[in-house]
Amino acid sequence: MNEFLNGMLQAINLILTLNPELVEITTRTLFISLSATFIAALIAIPLGGLINFKKFKGKRSLINLIQTLYSLPTVLVGLFVFLLLSQQGVFGDLNLLFTPTGMIIGQTLLILPILIGFTITALKTVGKDLTDLSISLGASEFQTIYTIMREAKYAIMAAVILGFGRAISEVGVAIMIGGNIRGATRVITTTISLETSKGNLELSIALGIILLGIALIINLMLNQIQEN
Amino acid sequence: MNNKIIAAILIIIIALIGVGAYAMNGGFQEKQILRVSTTTSLEDTGLVDNLETAFEKEHPNIDVQFVSAGTGIALKYAEKGDADMVIVHDKKKEQQFIDDGYGTKRYPFAYNYFYIVGPTSDPAKIKGMKNATEAFKKIMEAGEANSSVKFVSRGDNSGTNSRELKIWNNTKANYNSSINGSSWYIETGKGMGDTLVIANEKSAYTLSDSGTYLAFKGNITLVPYLTSGKDLLNVYSAIPVNPEKIKGVNYNASMEFVDFLLSTEGQQLIGNYGKEKYGQALFIPLYGKGEPT
Repeated sequence: MNEFLNGMLQAINLILTLNPELVEITTRTLFISLSATFIAALIAIPLGGLINFKKFKGKRSLINLIQTLYSLPTVLVGLFVFLLLSQQGVFGDLNLLFTPTGMIIGQTLLILPILIGFTITALKTVGKDLTDLSISLGASEFQTIYTIMREAKYAIMAAVILGFGRAISEVGVAIMIGGNIRGATRVITTTISLETSKGNLELSIALGIILLGIALIINLMLNQIQEN
Repeated sequence: MNNKIIAAILIIIIALIGVGAYAMNGGFQEKQILRVSTTTSLEDTGLVDNLETAFEKEHPNIDVQFVSAGTGIALKYAEKGDADMVIVHDKKKEQQFIDDGYGTKRYPFAYNYFYIVGPTSDPAKIKGMKNATEAFKKIMEAGEANSSVKFVSRGDNSGTNSRELKIWNNTKANYNSSINGSSWYIETGKGMGDTLVIANEKSAYTLSDSGTYLAFKGNITLVPYLTSGKDLLNVYSAIPVNPEKIKGVNYNASMEFVDFLLSTEGQQLIGNYGKEKYGQALFIPLYGKGEPT
């Protein structure tokens, strides 16, 4: 218990004095996970809309598949992207293994299913009545989709925030694709894992506090959005 | 919100991500990257961080990046072309790596010993023994007879793990039938630091490189019982990846790093590492002498 309290105090000290390593790792983590979330949202929202509004064969199976992938194991994505990006992989020539860009690609793939799935659900819940209403008011197909998208925007934003939460807290992709290289690809979760193996509990605890802080902010934002 | 404003914001964010990714991947620095895959024991002791800092001070145009994994995986990374050099400790696998054409030459630069460590109560009574094989045999016999005797294995194909298997092999016991899967034999599949912590929690014996053990001594209660001898010798060497076999590896930077490791300055840094923090040196530099046998 003493060890924990001691670590806690030193951790708070590290945060208050803005320890350079701590700041560097936190900035990198935020950059990678925010980028991944943004790119995933750019792909997922239109794609989710498309799947929701179009009628086609196998639609239900496709949605089932997407929902199954919500619990896609991070290490599986890590392994898959590792094989693609390795020098012997299909995209080996791009030299993206063990780089932040590689990690962004991995995290994007990881959270895409959640974003697409939740976008579909969000659109479905506002869907029917509003569709009928806007068509009866003489709206074109495009205008109808636009109206529904606008109406569902809070639910979609909630989905995006959830995706970000999954991206920033995962370890599998970060360690397998990033390689946990000091000064290059080390992020909060991989540092906690490494520093704990090295017995440096202070930095681990400090980063843990920051990660929890980010989670708290995410949660507050989610609440705010849901109240709207 | 106006559609044009939204579009403008999107473009700005995309541009920021692009610039950020470019900068984080080292795009703005005119630096070449030297990627070294190394073992967890070197990372967990903190030695590689020191080597990196000292080397980059002398070679500001080279950015050294260490990826740490067990020796087996570290060599795999290099074979796949994802590393420019390896720093590992498993002579047999290293020789194979070179024979297969992946590595150019083996440069041994430091050594220490594997320690057989265990709980202070020493339930298998290996205290005072000198021969690693005999000690392992005793742990095995005690483990079969007494449920409080346990042995923790890395089980991760690392250099330490292959040494452990070699010693089991020397005992003439059949590893697959009488050791692996036994109730007294626990595989962690993790790095050396984690494995020591687990062995400590379970009051078990384990084989550890001395560097990691000494770096962790303050956090655990395990004590070393066997600390030297031919069976326990642990030599670290650097091997640049062969540019003729694997296209695009940074051979020149690898050789710069090898020169640095073998220089008096590099050797002194290795020989002094740990004295301040742990009260004793963790590695013994070779200073140009042949590797001990």
